[in-house]
Amino acid sequence: MEYLSNILFVIVLIAGIGFFARNVKRLSRNIKLGKDVDVSDNTSQRWKNMAKIALGQSKMVVRPIAGFLHIIVYVGFIIINIEVVEIILDGILGTHRLFAPLGVVYDALIGSFEILAILVIVAVTIFWIRRNVIRIKRFMKPEMAGWPKEDGNLILYIELVLMTLFLTMNGADYQLQQMGAAHYTEAGSFPVSQYIAPLFEGMSISSLILVERTAWWIHIIGILCFLNYLYYSKHLHILLAFPNTYYGKLVPKGQFKNSDAVTAEVKLMMDPSADPFAAPAEDAEEPAKFGASDVTDLSWVQLLNSYTCTECGRCTDECPANQTGKKLSPRKIMMDTRDRLTEVGKNIDANNGTFVDDGKQLLDGYISPEELWACTTCNACVEACPVSIDPLSIIMDMRQYLVMEQSAAPTDLNNMMGNIENNGAPWPFNQMDRLNWAKEE
Amino acid sequence: MAELFAAGQKPEVLFWVGCAGSFDDRAKKITKAFVQLLNRANVSFAVLGTEESCTGDPAKRSGNEFLFQMQAATNIEVMNAYGINKIVTACPHCFNTIKNEYPGLGGHYEVVHHTQFLKTLFDDKRITLEGGQFKGKRITYHDPCYLGRANNVYEAPRELIRKLDAELIEMKSCKEKGLCCGAGGAQMFKEPEKGDKDINIERTEQAMETQPEIIAAGCPFCNTMMTDGVKNKEKEGAIAVMDIAELIASAGDL
Repeated sequence: MEYLSNILFVIVLIAGIGFFARNVKRLSRNIKLGKDVDVSDNTSQRWKNMAKIALGQSKMVVRPIAGFLHIIVYVGFIIINIEVVEIILDGILGTHRLFAPLGVVYDALIGSFEILAILVIVAVTIFWIRRNVIRIKRFMKPEMAGWPKEDGNLILYIELVLMTLFLTMNGADYQLQQMGAAHYTEAGSFPVSQYIAPLFEGMSISSLILVERTAWWIHIIGILCFLNYLYYSKHLHILLAFPNTYYGKLVPKGQFKNSDAVTAEVKLMMDPSADPFAAPAEDAEEPAKFGASDVTDLSWVQLLNSYTCTECGRCTDECPANQTGKKLSPRKIMMDTRDRLTEVGKNIDANNGTFVDDGKQLLDGYISPEELWACTTCNACVEACPVSIDPLSIIMDMRQYLVMEQSAAPTDLNNMMGNIENNGAPWPFNQMDRLNWAKEE
Repeated sequence: MAELFAAGQKPEVLFWVGCAGSFDDRAKKITKAFVQLLNRANVSFAVLGTEESCTGDPAKRSGNEFLFQMQAATNIEVMNAYGINKIVTACPHCFNTIKNEYPGLGGHYEVVHHTQFLKTLFDDKRITLEGGQFKGKRITYHDPCYLGRANNVYEAPRELIRKLDAELIEMKSCKEKGLCCGAGGAQMFKEPEKGDKDINIERTEQAMETQPEIIAAGCPFCNTMMTDGVKNKEKEGAIAVMDIAELIASAGDL
């Protein structure tokens, strides 16, 4: 019986990490449904981008209030995780405050965790107020209705509860230390929770231990649950922001990729020695489709983008089309891509590893042509994203599908393209009049 | 270009005029102003004239990759045949396409926007400017998306405005956060989708908040959109929309 709690802890830990591993596997399987793309170039620049944008939060602070509060929660999250290491080891070994022999260092560590914890509570509360009381415009857009809004709040509640449990645990511990309870040797400094301790005055040692243990257990179980909540939530960005910034676009934002398949066709057309009557070889592959109508037509980096999106809405807030009341919202493009990808993933799971046509696709099923045609390709969304997501590339791939596979461009654009084809300009002017300006006064 | 080539001469730079600069009545004035400046600075330049064709930018951004690459292949053939090394253009869309998207298709050139080119002409003292007519005027500058965010060119146009001794006032959304005029991505050639407002009106309102006498632009399409916006607000008597080349040319009293 002596080791009951250790065994129980190990079981909980293995279950938590096991489920998480299963989720990671699914996530990576889904991302790999995307088309292959070579991003092995410029590794040093990529590491630099990751260090600056993800680790250094450089783009978060473009909006100073949200950026500052986010840094508190981010630093809190990373630093307090050191304490989680101690908690896990204590749980496995049945020790209490294993790192206590570190002495002054330990005092400083616990002290800083406590200060960060209270700062996180303050930041998270302000975040909640921004979403629910001030109702900042970008959190109120149509795509945020329902689950996305609940998801955002739920994350804040979980963080609030975890931090409160952490401080309660320490407060009870501090009180027990003062009372000289066995196993509760004096260790750590408690700049915040010492103010919670008076609440416990008059309680017996045994009920205090119950409080301390309960907070300890719920705290660590809560962390494991939160870890597994990530897969079902926008909160995946805490992990994926790192690879996503690493794989982010390195070329100028205005440079859109050229399709190699089209280059090959154009070359063939311009090659005077090409056989105009050549038929494709018997065993030739079916020609690839142009552009994207579903998630599997996108690249795996674009799919990684969609899972990384944390729905902050800075892209949509900066989008000129959205600002002027058009249906387009770059955030919705990312959310739709992720939701469709999740749907495809579930379909594969339900059908023993193969995708069975469900009669749906990203285009029309999630994203309408009206949204796609409202984009001015101005790159404001790409610039605004704090984690290097490129919604514009998805819009462009889907436009390409509409035009090259379905000939479904708006009439005005068809006229424009007809003009370019016939007379080399988007307007119906004669090519031979190109130099007329030089002769005019 | 054909004539120079036949005479065995090679110009310092090829001026890529672009479709707007060749055909649009308003943009042709920008073309002429820039040519005056090139002449003033004794720059030997050439144009492709009737051998120039649309870069394919609006086709690509509409999703017609095939038409884009056909245009690119044709233009690259022409320019490579003439051995072109350096290109200057007054259109940020042409600038972006030739600079970024042509190299992958075999067209490698040094490409600069006309504001960058004019800045180097000033730096090399090939053109100079005395105070002139814009002294103390309130000028706000609209960043074209394909020059600014797309290619990180923010300073060259601003430095030119400062040379006018004018008062440069920034809009609330500028540089990296500059708001689009509404023309990019081939929107110029279609009606906007349903919404509460046209983008150029929103941008014009931002510009008007700075109480400018002049809205400066560096793109023929932005110029059109802002001019329409100013007309919509019935302010065309009070606010002029001008390209930076036009500002410099008229300040230099050309």
